[in-house]
Amino acid sequence: MNRSLYSKLIFEHSRSGRRGTDLPRRPWADAMLHLPAALMRGEAPALPEVDEPTVARHYTNQSTNNFGVDTGFYPLGSCTMKYNPKLSDALAADPVISRLHPAQPASTVQSALEIYWTLQRALSEIGGMEEFTLNPFAGAHGELTGLMVIHAYHDSREDYARTRVIVPDSAHGTNPASAHVAGYEVVEVKSLPDGTVDVDDLRSKLDATIAAVMMTNPNTVGMFEKNIPEIAEMVHAAGALLYYDGANLNPMLGVARPGDMGFDVMHINLHKTFSTPHGGGGPGAGPVGVRKGLEEFLPVPRVVKNSDGSFDVIDRCDSSLGRVSAWFGNYTVFIRALAYILSLGAEGVAKVGPLATLNANYVMNALKDLYLLPIPGPCKHEFVFDGLIDKSGGVTTLNVAKRLLDLGFHAPTIYFPLLFHESLMIEPTETESRETLDAFIAAMRQIAGEAAENPEFVKSAPHDTPVVHPDDTQAALTPKLTYKDLQDGI
Amino acid sequence: MRFFPHTPADIREMLEACGAATLDDLYSDVPESLRLRRAYDLPASLSEPEVREWFEATASKCSPLVCFAGAGAYDHYCPAVIDAITSRSEYLTAYTPYQPEISQGTLQYIFEYQSMMASLTGLDVCNASMYDGATATAEAMIMAVNAAKRKRRVLVSSTINPEVAQVIGTYARYQGIAVEMIPQKDGVTDRAELELMLGAGDVAGVIASTPNYYGILEDFTGWADLIHKAKALFIINSPALPLAVIKPQGEWGADIAVGDAQTLGMPLSYGGPYLGYMVAAKSLMRKLPGRIVGATTDEKGQRVFVLTLQAREQHIRREKATSNICSNQGLMTLRAGMYLSLMGADGLREVNRLSTDCAHELARRLEATGKMRLSHPAQPFLNEFKMTVADPLTTADILDALRREGILGGVAIDEREMIIACTETRTPAQMDKYVSTVKNL
Repeated sequence: MNRSLYSKLIFEHSRSGRRGTDLPRRPWADAMLHLPAALMRGEAPALPEVDEPTVARHYTNQSTNNFGVDTGFYPLGSCTMKYNPKLSDALAADPVISRLHPAQPASTVQSALEIYWTLQRALSEIGGMEEFTLNPFAGAHGELTGLMVIHAYHDSREDYARTRVIVPDSAHGTNPASAHVAGYEVVEVKSLPDGTVDVDDLRSKLDATIAAVMMTNPNTVGMFEKNIPEIAEMVHAAGALLYYDGANLNPMLGVARPGDMGFDVMHINLHKTFSTPHGGGGPGAGPVGVRKGLEEFLPVPRVVKNSDGSFDVIDRCDSSLGRVSAWFGNYTVFIRALAYILSLGAEGVAKVGPLATLNANYVMNALKDLYLLPIPGPCKHEFVFDGLIDKSGGVTTLNVAKRLLDLGFHAPTIYFPLLFHESLMIEPTETESRETLDAFIAAMRQIAGEAAENPEFVKSAPHDTPVVHPDDTQAALTPKLTYKDLQDGI
Repeated sequence: MRFFPHTPADIREMLEACGAATLDDLYSDVPESLRLRRAYDLPASLSEPEVREWFEATASKCSPLVCFAGAGAYDHYCPAVIDAITSRSEYLTAYTPYQPEISQGTLQYIFEYQSMMASLTGLDVCNASMYDGATATAEAMIMAVNAAKRKRRVLVSSTINPEVAQVIGTYARYQGIAVEMIPQKDGVTDRAELELMLGAGDVAGVIASTPNYYGILEDFTGWADLIHKAKALFIINSPALPLAVIKPQGEWGADIAVGDAQTLGMPLSYGGPYLGYMVAAKSLMRKLPGRIVGATTDEKGQRVFVLTLQAREQHIRREKATSNICSNQGLMTLRAGMYLSLMGADGLREVNRLSTDCAHELARRLEATGKMRLSHPAQPFLNEFKMTVADPLTTADILDALRREGILGGVAIDEREMIIACTETRTPAQMDKYVSTVKNL
């Protein structure tokens, strides 16, 4: 690929007078002439002027500088980068659904509501919950919504003293951030050397000021929190609710349900566990499920099934936490997730967890002689190495990650969780074949060998990517965030 | 099962390599009392053609209506090249571009989107998207409160879309922010009331919209001075497409521009995915929520793009982050960037004109039926307008009659008032049918 030819910005293809679209001709009078000039725009926006072929070629070429799940193995820990079935894409582009306006009366959108409701029921069965809302747009938005459910629940009991939420030190960064946005103070609970929550530390922090405890199970080091029944009992005895961060739900499919573990509220990342594409950072979906008794606090709009089999929308509900989205959330994501669940069926969904766990353990066992495994297995869907065992060459986790890019693999999640200095978090998912895992293992072993024999070579990686060592410091010190900033040279 | 590559031999040999006899052995740490020892209560697996059949049978239970509804979601045309490009798996199946070496495609289209939105809004710094216009506005409110330190009042114009107002209210309720609605007069925000409310002090931010919920263009002359004198931030919510022709947020002196960019190449799709946008003045750069892409150079001297200013974000700052947002609407910024490129400034002007012309023609012809009249005839509007139905008709009578003719006639505000929207995709024949249906009531 000739980068100098194809690395232009779309603005740099612009030529005055070019157009990429033609519009219909209509017989109506020019109504804009009569609008008050003081309310109208002075100068036209600075947008490129390009024809359609240029647009198509520009964005096609840019895409070849990207790495997706279809490109290669993507062992990004906690992100569950599984294969995204193509049928789901086709169904999500359904021409009927794509023309439905969200304000249409329920009687004219029965199919859209049926899809919503059917997915809601399937997630409730899989999560062991009473009801799900599909409205939240992403995992973090689900966390926020779930915490608002908890807030609304305590408020309904006039229990206003509960101003704090407990989060383990190994939690995803979104947990404390969501608790903060939901208006709570964050209390951190320690992890034990085996990566699980320190139950004694948790007990000492539970009191009448705690609204909720957020847990990820398996947690971010890939360990099942086996004390969860005891934890649930303690949390409930203290009058708090137990929140399940569903980012790591994948290995639990077919094995255990959060509702049965004692969780009261949970979210699911459809773009992780239920195979919808990540889209380079969204759109995802973060449905929130609640145990029986908490449904009334779910956000509106809520989709319900009438006794005659028809579907309806509840737009107002006094006990509801309120509204977290203008409409029903990222609707076409639901179509994809439902298509995936219908494809797998009861039996297939139950195989997801065990096969994901098998893949993770297989990779972990094949590498633990060269990479430091701080918490011995068996792991669940993912595991964390604390860098190389032999650190004498000075090769870091960042170096290993960058060298993997040369070898055709996406990097694992690095420097998370914060429990270890050199965290390298690997999640293979169940859609990877043994051959792919073997190739990844071989690459990781090759890198360990290079780190011992020629550490400088690994430290200067990547060597074979479209761009090499971007200057992050320059980007942050002199931010250039628009084409105009580049033109102005600021 | 077509998504699992594992053969029985693979499973056996891989288990052996792990020192386990069965898949169950890998879960020995899960207490038996928690194990799901039954099949899921879900249907049996389906082949591809069967899944298609299920969806086709379900979809047949509704037929789309000719859309004269707006209220925040508009039936503009989405060029086919947008679908073709955004379905490329290099874009669609990638994660957040944390590894710039192999994510330049995503990073570059976000940078282009940021550039175009900054120009469209007349402000400086755009983030890599919010979920929708409503949550973007709620996040802007939080920014204003954080910037103002101890001030907790936020004033919101009562002419804003009610769903947006409700989302603002939800976020505010749990943050202990006091949201107060500014009264309206003849379909626009009552400026005298705004001045009184600002005068009472303790205001962190003021949120208004244009075109407002009724489609009316608000006049914000002098607002920025008033609001800034009160040491509050001025936030204007606008749907993205009209910004190409109306005075944009930056020209009004607003500090933060927010809104929904569904109008930039996203189909209605029963409410999502859409795209929330947020653009702010440079002084607020380090207070913005979410991801931001910046340009830099690499070791070979090439211009490249990276995620930057990450010290604001949840994965670094945890509870001290500016927001909890992580996954956003990434791919939708590609749709918006492509739409803006394909249209250019001239195309955007034309699509706004076609939609506006259609709306004004429809409003004129509906008034001529004597069955409804413009609720605020003196107020300027683009492609959406508010009508008051003549006694004894109700909005339900009008909308039901239109629905029987296959037309979604608008969105009812109450029994008497409704809002109607037009786009460039509405044809003269569709308008004739709308008008004759109302006339015959």
